[in-house]
Amino acid sequence: MVFFFVRRLLAAVPTLLAVLTLVFVIVRIVPGDPALVILGDQATPEAAAALRERLGLDRPLWTQYVDFLTSALTGDFGTSMVTGRPILDEVAAVLPHTIDLTLASMVFGTVVGVPVGIWAALHRNRAIDVAARILSLLGLSFPVFVSGIFALLLFSLHWRIFPVIGAANLNDLGDRLHKLVLPTVTLGLIMAAYITRVTRSAMLASLSEDYIRTARAKGVPWRRVVWVHGLRNASIPIVTVVGLYVGILIGNSVLTEIVFNRPGLGKVIVGALNQRDYTMLQGLMVIYCFLIVVVNAVTDLLYGVLDPRVQAA
Amino acid sequence: MSAVLQVENLRKHFVTKKGFPRPKTVTVRAVEDVSFTIGEGEAFGLVGESGCGKSTVARALLRLIEPDAGRVLYRGEDFRAARGEALKSFRRRMQIVFQDPYSSLDPRQSIGSALVEPMRVHGIAEGAAARRRAAALLEEVGLPPAALDRFPHEFSGGQRQRIGIARALTVEPELIIADEPVSALDVSVQAQVLLLMKELRQRRGLAFLFVSHDLSVVRWFCDRVAVMYLGRIVEEGPAARVLAEPMHPYARILRDASPVPDPARRAALPRIMGEIPSAANPPPGCPFHPRCAQAMDVCSRTLPRWTPAPGEGQGGVACHLHG
Amino acid sequence: MSAATEDPLSAGEIAPPPPSAWKRAIGKARSNPTTLVGALICLLILAGAVFAPWISPYDPADQDIINRLQPPGGDYLLGTDQFGRDILSRLLWGAQISLSVSLSAILAAMVIGGAIGMISGYVGGRFDLLVMQVMDVLLSFPSLILGLIVVALLGPDLVNLIVAIALTAIAPFARIARAPTLALKERAFVEAGRALGYSHARIIFRHILPNITSEVMVMGTLWLATAVRVEASLSFIGLGVKPPTPTWGGMTRDGFENILDAPWLAVFPGIAILLLVLGLNMVGDGLRDATDPKLRNE
Repeated sequence: MVFFFVRRLLAAVPTLLAVLTLVFVIVRIVPGDPALVILGDQATPEAAAALRERLGLDRPLWTQYVDFLTSALTGDFGTSMVTGRPILDEVAAVLPHTIDLTLASMVFGTVVGVPVGIWAALHRNRAIDVAARILSLLGLSFPVFVSGIFALLLFSLHWRIFPVIGAANLNDLGDRLHKLVLPTVTLGLIMAAYITRVTRSAMLASLSEDYIRTARAKGVPWRRVVWVHGLRNASIPIVTVVGLYVGILIGNSVLTEIVFNRPGLGKVIVGALNQRDYTMLQGLMVIYCFLIVVVNAVTDLLYGVLDPRVQAA
Repeated sequence: MSAVLQVENLRKHFVTKKGFPRPKTVTVRAVEDVSFTIGEGEAFGLVGESGCGKSTVARALLRLIEPDAGRVLYRGEDFRAARGEALKSFRRRMQIVFQDPYSSLDPRQSIGSALVEPMRVHGIAEGAAARRRAAALLEEVGLPPAALDRFPHEFSGGQRQRIGIARALTVEPELIIADEPVSALDVSVQAQVLLLMKELRQRRGLAFLFVSHDLSVVRWFCDRVAVMYLGRIVEEGPAARVLAEPMHPYARILRDASPVPDPARRAALPRIMGEIPSAANPPPGCPFHPRCAQAMDVCSRTLPRWTPAPGEGQGGVACHLHG
Repeated sequence: MSAATEDPLSAGEIAPPPPSAWKRAIGKARSNPTTLVGALICLLILAGAVFAPWISPYDPADQDIINRLQPPGGDYLLGTDQFGRDILSRLLWGAQISLSVSLSAILAAMVIGGAIGMISGYVGGRFDLLVMQVMDVLLSFPSLILGLIVVALLGPDLVNLIVAIALTAIAPFARIARAPTLALKERAFVEAGRALGYSHARIIFRHILPNITSEVMVMGTLWLATAVRVEASLSFIGLGVKPPTPTWGGMTRDGFENILDAPWLAVFPGIAILLLVLGLNMVGDGLRDATDPKLRNE
């Protein structure tokens, strides 16, 4: 077991290096001079040269690459060009909000998606199944900012149940949760829709296996057959989807944060975009890479817990 | 009789890595030191059990998989050294007919297009002329010109095999490598395809390398025969001699296992002992000794040398019994 | 197989080419009401985009200072925005951007990703491992983040938007093209082509490509929905095609800024995006069900 965990974690290292290299390449293949992009076309050559030197863009490509990798791997993500503060500090200040939102949406998606998926699987091709299918297609089709605006219009402006302004006091749990509800539902909608579909097909596959018939034959109550024997074996594809969608949740949290005016990584990105904060963008990309690689590694670890066969492989 | 094809010391090993974190290298010696010669218009049979490397020989000498060592001489010219245009011109002279008629034709290409394409690639014919040639080839293999506009899924296995033969003939080869050409077909259809190939051989003076596990088919079709075991040729000679009076114990077992039409001649079948060893881990000495009823001490130690059979042109055998 | 079937083709009319998986999928999907509704939605929006110059009641850029922020109904069917521009006309013209950006991006991703997948699968070995590793890395990035980064760095304009969205979709197309290529290259007709002296390029593009197009096309419809969503999201963030060109995402953003005074400004473009994505998802879903071998026997 320990060996398995170590192996999986080690396997994440080359992926991380590859992702970082990709970021480096994307940043460098940009046609045109980043200095001019930042300063605008009317910049004087002197100003551009000074900026290039400040960003280290005047040095040979491979030294830039090595510097980039070593500083990224030692946790040094650079400083913001605009505020001069370390990027890690800027991110750390808002990260709890983003983590709150992402985790809450994951939980929401799972709590809604798994039972609905099972329910649909048990009523295959009947009205409930068809309704679940249409609803999940609808959920999948909502761009997060559209569902967010609709939710805002209905619940905050029309019925006035939830607040319009999203910045929560981190120390007040009640306030924190209250302000989390609408963004969570908005962001969790896609997740719930996906999990519904995956749960349905995984349950259908799992319930057609021989061991399910055996369990029924030996008199295990049907409810227990479904929730214990069926769900346990359907859990692997579900976990895969959850793992895959954490990345998408992180991506879509940007939109949720804009709509609900919540502080978070997304707002930081948009701020950096508007201010052409080049170093900030690069640092944020690296942080996103870390997050995504970590999430993938954790998903892999979960497989090992859920499916003993994976460890043997 | 001059040689069309000379194969000398052909070798092909497949290397795979298995296991994690410490992978082990496994080398499968599919073809080991195989040599033979095919004369003008001659049908040369290559027989052996499945897994003995006979299909690998066929693919390696066409360079569909690159051999590791050895020489392949086509009319004295080195085929393995050929590149680019030279390779392409060699390709015109040797063609292959595959075992599985269902996968040997592109499902999304009409028969006409499949026959015209090689002519165009080799600059043999274009447009209407190419189509006329394609129709003539179809007729030669016993299919109507209407087949030109049809697609592979509309044909039976035997018909597809005829189309495969017609496609091989588009470039006017002198040598056809037939890799188990009838073993995927029904017995009734096998005879028709075999007759077609024999007819083509006579009419066009084609030489054949005929790879098969079916001794009765080889006996009927081939002039000479080589018997392969675990990647090596263990006996070679005129088909009549090798299949009637085999010298190698393995060739004898193969002959006895093959059904004979005359029940009066059927003898008690000798039991073959043991399983065929893996080519990944061949036994030392003679590869056949673990299964050989006549094995001697020397067989497990040294590889038998090639010994000519008595008489002129009777081939030879690799066996200590005849050393 | 009897000897009779071995007889030269019995006389008869010439049969059509084999129905491709794509055609079979369309045939099967046609009996599915979800797919039909989805196709109808997509066609309506497509018609709106194509005929926008003739059917829009107003010029999408015309500002009517007197009639700013008009509610729906009256002269302006869906109301006007903060500059007095007609929402309906802007929606129709905006459909052009949504559809053209997404279609070109997916087409580009299909061609580039498909070629990468085919070549990688055909070549095999270490090269294949390396290419697929890179694709996996690309795949692990959420489309929105990748698109955002690329547009942010390239600068927002029509071409860069297409490049960014195409980039996010290359990896899935490479994967979908590679899998059948791996199976096809083991088929004897590929070996036959090599024995006949065909070049690798000829084998890949004349013999493997026609056999994988249907799978890639089904994938294309599904990814078109994602592309529309990403394009709208980028426009909403402010990284889309620059104003005054109307885009649905940009219109939603403008509406969002006036949400207290004129909520319809954000609602109508939002519904338009939702409908297009939903329509595409419905079509893609039906096509996938019809081609999924696991579901084929149902």
